[in-house]
Amino acid sequence: MKKYILGSLVAGSLIALGASASAQVKVEWWHAMGGANNDRVNKIATDFNASQSAYEIVPTNKGNYTETMTAAIAAFRAGEQPHIVQVFEVGTATMMAAKGAIVPVEKLMKDAGEPFDKSDYLPAVISYYQTPEGELLSMPFNSSTPVLWYNADALEAAGAAEPKTWDEVKVAAKKLVDNGMACGLSFGWQSWVMVENFSAWHNLEMGTKENGFAGFDTEFTFNNDAVKTRLADVATMSADKSFVYGGRRGDSLPLFTNGECGMWMNSSAYYGSMKAQAKFNFAQTMLPLDTSLASAPQNSIIGGATLWVLGGHESDEYKGVAKFMTYLSSPEVQAWWHQETGYVPITTAAYELSKKQGFYDSNPGTDTAIKQLSLNTPTPNSRGLRFGNFVQIRDVINEELEALWAGDKSASDAMDAAVERGNTLLRKFERSVK
Amino acid sequence: MLKRVHFPSSLLPYLLVAPQIIITLVFFMWPASQAIYQSFLIEDAFGLSTEFVWFENFEYLWNDKHYHAAFIRTGFFSLAVAFLSMSVALILAAYADRVIKGAMTYRTLLIWPYAVAPVLAGALWLFMFNPTIGIFPYLLKYIGYDWNHYLNGNQAMGLIIMAAAWKQVAYNFLFYLAAMQSIPKSIIEAAAIDGAGPMKRFWTLILPLVSPTTFFLLVINAVYAFFDTFGIVHAITQGGPAGSTTILVYKVFNDGFIGLDLGGSAAQSVILMILVIAMTAVQFGYFEKKVEY
Repeated sequence: MKKYILGSLVAGSLIALGASASAQVKVEWWHAMGGANNDRVNKIATDFNASQSAYEIVPTNKGNYTETMTAAIAAFRAGEQPHIVQVFEVGTATMMAAKGAIVPVEKLMKDAGEPFDKSDYLPAVISYYQTPEGELLSMPFNSSTPVLWYNADALEAAGAAEPKTWDEVKVAAKKLVDNGMACGLSFGWQSWVMVENFSAWHNLEMGTKENGFAGFDTEFTFNNDAVKTRLADVATMSADKSFVYGGRRGDSLPLFTNGECGMWMNSSAYYGSMKAQAKFNFAQTMLPLDTSLASAPQNSIIGGATLWVLGGHESDEYKGVAKFMTYLSSPEVQAWWHQETGYVPITTAAYELSKKQGFYDSNPGTDTAIKQLSLNTPTPNSRGLRFGNFVQIRDVINEELEALWAGDKSASDAMDAAVERGNTLLRKFERSVK
Repeated sequence: MLKRVHFPSSLLPYLLVAPQIIITLVFFMWPASQAIYQSFLIEDAFGLSTEFVWFENFEYLWNDKHYHAAFIRTGFFSLAVAFLSMSVALILAAYADRVIKGAMTYRTLLIWPYAVAPVLAGALWLFMFNPTIGIFPYLLKYIGYDWNHYLNGNQAMGLIIMAAAWKQVAYNFLFYLAAMQSIPKSIIEAAAIDGAGPMKRFWTLILPLVSPTTFFLLVINAVYAFFDTFGIVHAITQGGPAGSTTILVYKVFNDGFIGLDLGGSAAQSVILMILVIAMTAVQFGYFEKKVEY
């Protein structure tokens, strides 16, 4: 009997301890940052928790982007959703369509009485996540944009200059191969880089209704001659290994860091990995321009993820969420995050702070992404994409591009098929959200 | 007059089977019914707007040529996996059956891959055949063969077949070995005395005598290739390149969990459910009766 009394005493005191610790309002944050970035996310949360005593942010890694999003949706359906969830940019339309499930960030800040000025944020970063009326729906967290990475040593050895146009890229690739390299150019996240950003960069429409911003009844138009011609040209480059396809997402990174490929187009956020892996001098520059389409580039569009706030929680918890959003956008936190990861800073203040700290002087080229994004005021063709089912549609584009690289289809057939299959998925999405 | 024995009805037998029934109901019947219900719906990911559409999701699949292609691909994949893993297992079992010294070690090593989770098996093979850093593409280069399963659909298919078959060899090996060891030694010895060599004995005696096992394994392997290879595909190819390794079970996942098209995905899993019921019926009804010595 004594044992039981002792046991219940211990249990009771443990419960009391737990209660005193949870006097703080807990805010759940589900994210998809793995590896070193996971530690950085934890650091942000710990620092925020230490900076005040009313709220406690609890970050949880839920796997990759798709897994995190699916987990949050499943949790929502079960009524167990977190307060904040990190969703990648292609999930935007799905999240946005779920009107009853999300709390727009702008509304959240207003309701909580937190100071919030949209003009502090970089237009190219937040335009992706605004309603057509301009309301900001989710808070940008980790944003990047594709750039052209190159092996400076290899280019110099081959006698090629830093390429600025597609013609120069082709010349440089040829020179690299002639100089004994296994491949001239490769790229990853090909739908994002070669179709989505290629279109935005040359101010071309990818779909009707302002790339889907103006309505879910949008249709794809990226099977235009400009895109087809460029892709057909890249496909011919594979004949002499000027171009080598190395897989989806970042699978082709080793091709570049091993020194097999001299040029690589992919996210600016690979900076950290390259610094760790590449044993040569590498540099980044802006995406190449197709001079037959435009005399100057427009601006590139972002990728990466934002933080969405989910509905169904208590109002004092949302106060904590709002406080955290303010903390997250502060210049110090943003500048630190930007310099550590290679993601772009989301506010002008953080960019200025990084400049003042001399980060770009000691790491030349690291401001390429932000320069690309803020090159011009975004047009309806370059502020972003809002297509439903876009995760699947990207897979369709990937599949059709792979058929092109493998020589099974012409660029024209591949893009026509991608548009046709993509439109079917758009119609399916339109039906599901009605 | 016949004497009827009456057992007083008791609660006990029901209680004894209850755990099994409950498990079946909770983990099999209930999810299955949910899948069937979901397959009649078109719904957004969050479940905020739902439309009951009867068989429209099935109609869509019926007209979708990519789904047809996935069907044919899955058929080829499972036949290839079954054939490869069973023939390798048969050869290994035939040899293991003859081994006397160190038989246990030999057998244990052969059974080992069965304990490897599909995702890990996939990761292992991916590592060996990674076009950039893998050892096999590096060696293949010397004989002038360019390996890039990121681009070449046939190579990608070959790779998942190898990985899936490798994992299943252990299972098949166990069954074949047991079957061979249950063949009475006297039959084999009689054949040997009559002058039949090891090869002859294998083809004319052992192979026909293990044929029930072969049929059993054929169904088991087909079911395995249809339903349990998700992890391997997910780890190695994610269904690519150009959808050339998107087998049915992967498509269910891809459309449901990546594409968040729950109705379409549920419709596909209902079709798979019908398939596995049919296969099991074939196994129980047909093979058990027909294959006899």
